Amino acid sequence: MQIYADNAATTKMSEAAIRTMTEYMQTWYGNPSSLYRIGQRAKEKLEEARAEIAGVINAEPREIIFTSGGSEADNQALLTAALNGKKKGKTHIISSAFEHHAILHTLKKLEKNGFEVTLLPVHENGIVRTDELEAAIREDTCLVTIMTANNEIGTIQPVSEIGAICRKHGIVFHTDAVQAVGHLPIDVKAQNIDMLSASAHKFHGPKGVGFLYVRKGILIQNLIEGGAQERGKRAGTENLPGIAAMAEALKESVADMEKKNAHMAEIRDYLIRGLSGIPHSALNGDAEQRLPGNVNFSFEGIEGESILILLDMRGISASSGSACTSGALDPSHVLLAIGRIHDVAHGSLRLSIGEDITKEEADHIIGSVREVVEHLRSFSPVWRDLTEGKKEFILK
Amino acid sequence: MALYSEKVMDHFMNPRNVGVIEDADGVGEVGNAKCGDIMKMYLKIDDDIITDVKFETFGCASAIASSSMATELIKGKPVEDAMELTNKAVAEALDGLPDYKMHCSVLAEEAIQSALEDYRNKKEQA
Repeated sequence: MQIYADNAATTKMSEAAIRTMTEYMQTWYGNPSSLYRIGQRAKEKLEEARAEIAGVINAEPREIIFTSGGSEADNQALLTAALNGKKKGKTHIISSAFEHHAILHTLKKLEKNGFEVTLLPVHENGIVRTDELEAAIREDTCLVTIMTANNEIGTIQPVSEIGAICRKHGIVFHTDAVQAVGHLPIDVKAQNIDMLSASAHKFHGPKGVGFLYVRKGILIQNLIEGGAQERGKRAGTENLPGIAAMAEALKESVADMEKKNAHMAEIRDYLIRGLSGIPHSALNGDAEQRLPGNVNFSFEGIEGESILILLDMRGISASSGSACTSGALDPSHVLLAIGRIHDVAHGSLRLSIGEDITKEEADHIIGSVREVVEHLRSFSPVWRDLTEGKKEFILK
Repeated sequence: MALYSEKVMDHFMNPRNVGVIEDADGVGEVGNAKCGDIMKMYLKIDDDIITDVKFETFGCASAIASSSMATELIKGKPVEDAMELTNKAVAEALDGLPDYKMHCSVLAEEAIQSALEDYRNKKEQA
């Protein structure tokens, strides 16, 4: 049995997206900036895709800028809000402790350039508190950037409430919605979102393409200078096959979303129940306010990379917040942010299931994780110390 | 290219000399859970020959494979030979480790040295 349970890392392209991409490479190869008909047809196709994508999140087509993916969109959004803020003497930014590194590293860079950053705590449930956001807002706050759903633990943030607070205070609100677009309903108008980042390969589209939504009225700053593509806000010949395939994948993802999410949430909860049966384990992040496909557990006394490799041998592709999986010294900043101490954060496992997951597959996952955890604990000196009472269990 | 060599995978999937020696002549433990690796080595030594060795490891695949390989390299060997064991020898015997995993072989060397030191201390006290 082969089970791909790492859809938060990337997804398999849908057949329709592959077909669209192939068709566009074969037929609509013209440069949208060219004046002859082949070019102008490409331009029409580009605008069709833009309108389709805008429609899905209730934006205007002109509010969508195509980018190379989520990281670029995040970078451009933060730079835009920072430079616009600086012109008005506003140099304070509010974000959260468990954002994606595309946000956190950009914020670090802005700090070096004189900006001040407040990172809101995300608490044990992995959700920011709106009262703490309100308390952190200052006269000179120019941007609030909070992700829609966390990439590791899948917790969903109160985006609409955050949007309303920001609108009330006249502060730009950006959300990194890379894990949410195509998986959760999004309405940028109803949710008061000023800027939003998305990435195609997280919803069965191709890699290397994404988009940034910027509400009209906000002056967009360029990351990439050059030609006049994207209304002069993002230079470079448009990746039309990728963009068209992204639009196709997004349309498909949001069709029947409710039904697909209900199925995934059912299997997710089945997995959570099954894995909770493993002694001294714990679910990371809120059990309810979470993406329908996300399961993230910590197992005491063992290390995550070992779990992943043994699961791979059993046909299961998953991920971990262990330091060993990335070559870093510290385990995942997300798990540390929700208060998991290093010892326990190293022994984490993220399963991000797809919509075609079956109950039989979930049973195989639960059985395999049980075996693997038991095996690794059987020769772990930490587990021995815990079971012999020389050390106290952290996960009861 | 695969992340690990076939030897590393073999020693990770089928670790040799796993377990505990209750009446060990030397025990060494190195690393800490904060950084994600702990190794514990148990030695049985007879007439300055390592007659048995067992290990327990909390860590990634290369940490487990390094422990396993290190035990194989010193089992049945004189204490003086074991004292010469280097992390490089462990890594080479595993057909290499990724650069950022070399510390796993260092930990294996340190665990063996720590167990040997415990053995010497016990011997002096006796």
